[in-house]
Amino acid sequence: MAEAAIEEVEIDEVEMRKAQALKREKIGRWLLPLIVIVLTIFAWDRFCVWNEIPHYIIPRPGQVLEALINDRVILIGSLGTTLVITFSALAIAIVGGVGLAVLFAQSKWIEMTFFPYAVVLQVTPIIAIAPLIFIYVDSKFAGLLICAWIVAFFPILSNTTLGLNSADHNLRDMMKLYGASRWQTLRYLRLPAALPYFLGGLKIAGGLSLIGAIVAEFVAGSSGFGSGLAFRILEASYRLKMPRMFAAILLISIAGVLIFMFMSFLSWFFLHKWHESAIKREI
Amino acid sequence: MEDAPLLSIQQIGKTFSNGTVALRGMTMDIKQGSFVSLLGPSGCGKSTVLKIIAGLGNLTTGRVDWPTSTVDRLGRPDCEISFVFQEPTLMQWATVFENVWLPLRLKGISREDAKERVEEALDMVGLHDFAASYPRELSGGMKMRVSIARALITRPKLLLMDEPFAALDEITRFKLNNDLLDLWEKFNWTVIFVTHSVFESAYLSSRIVVMAARPGRVVEDIDVAAPYPRDDAFRTSTAYNGYCREASSALHSAMDTGDHL
Repeated sequence: MAEAAIEEVEIDEVEMRKAQALKREKIGRWLLPLIVIVLTIFAWDRFCVWNEIPHYIIPRPGQVLEALINDRVILIGSLGTTLVITFSALAIAIVGGVGLAVLFAQSKWIEMTFFPYAVVLQVTPIIAIAPLIFIYVDSKFAGLLICAWIVAFFPILSNTTLGLNSADHNLRDMMKLYGASRWQTLRYLRLPAALPYFLGGLKIAGGLSLIGAIVAEFVAGSSGFGSGLAFRILEASYRLKMPRMFAAILLISIAGVLIFMFMSFLSWFFLHKWHESAIKREI
Repeated sequence: MEDAPLLSIQQIGKTFSNGTVALRGMTMDIKQGSFVSLLGPSGCGKSTVLKIIAGLGNLTTGRVDWPTSTVDRLGRPDCEISFVFQEPTLMQWATVFENVWLPLRLKGISREDAKERVEEALDMVGLHDFAASYPRELSGGMKMRVSIARALITRPKLLLMDEPFAALDEITRFKLNNDLLDLWEKFNWTVIFVTHSVFESAYLSSRIVVMAARPGRVVEDIDVAAPYPRDDAFRTSTAYNGYCREASSALHSAMDTGDHL
């Protein structure tokens, strides 16, 4: 091996081509979507100009950008409101989801008793429950939080439950043989084993909590607690301020993408040393 | 009490709720310091016996006595027992060090206090330089070594091994066989080794217990009188061949007497 390192290393053609293909793929991954978006924006702009579409029906991309800059104070403020709801709901979803999963993992009976209710909560569309919540809950902030939480907690609960139950049975036997307590088994075996599943659930829940927050805002309207992006979209649509509406949608999408990227990073950070999903294949 | 066995299995039987009789009326004494192989076709209850000895499964009939140890309320002896599974059974998320440390960690021994013993155990299996590696970075044989190091760390009196080398290639298996024998002689453990390989059982053990299936029971008890240390020369000796033949024919008759195969 040492000699090979000093000598001119010969790489066969197939390997060479593979390496080149990999490099092209790396560039393409960024470049291709970029080209598509530039072309789309250009086509959108031309479409508006050539068909003389008024800005209150479809704004030109430049007008959206203008709205983004001119209305930045309102929009950023609303984005902040929406994000506060999103992240608070996500935080409660994590605590509640993991907490319930751990509780379920303690006893099959508890899981059997309560899991169906979690499913019912999940499959009933939030848009149908939200009006009720806002009738019964006085605080609008709390109402928004509950809505976003209902949407976000299920993937965390169901994934973490699956993860806690998928700890290797031989390892569980071993824990028993060495006299591990329930808490030790949870801490040293079941929680680490559940981590990849939890992170998978978190990736879904991050996006869902944003969706939950937006949907709840639509139902709640503007009274009380600050106005989020969904309210800005409604308001802009009433006033036919299409550029602002587009700008608000753009901000929501960007926020969603950033949340997803952050969750993906977290997943990589915790798993890249040991989990199959985060390991690059060498051959 | 000099000659009292380490454990004494008395008429144990295990019937599962679906009516399968995994074990029936099995009786056997395990002498202190012996290397006993349980040899038999799959489904003969070899692994069930190990689990029962380890206290991981309950009995339908009979009992397990520990004449030389104090036994607690649940019938568990106070002597250290370690278990090595067929798969390495490592925690993928933990380093080699942390995997070996686990049994001590469960007893509340801190990383610093355990360090010396963990390194000693890793030394014994030749993995000193891999303490910081993760299991996925190791080969199959190395993972098995980690598993053995983890079993060694509690300084067990009794080592239970459930087909530990069955999934390894022959070269690695031979090497680990020799290493295991070295460690066994050095520490004077008692080993109960489950295998379905006639050759492995004849090479390793001082005694081969041949079992038959449905219901699981002992059909032959072979004393392997060949002296230790044994090495690769033993693998080609006439004596070794004799034991292999004896175990093999016992195994065949065991399989013929099974109710249905």
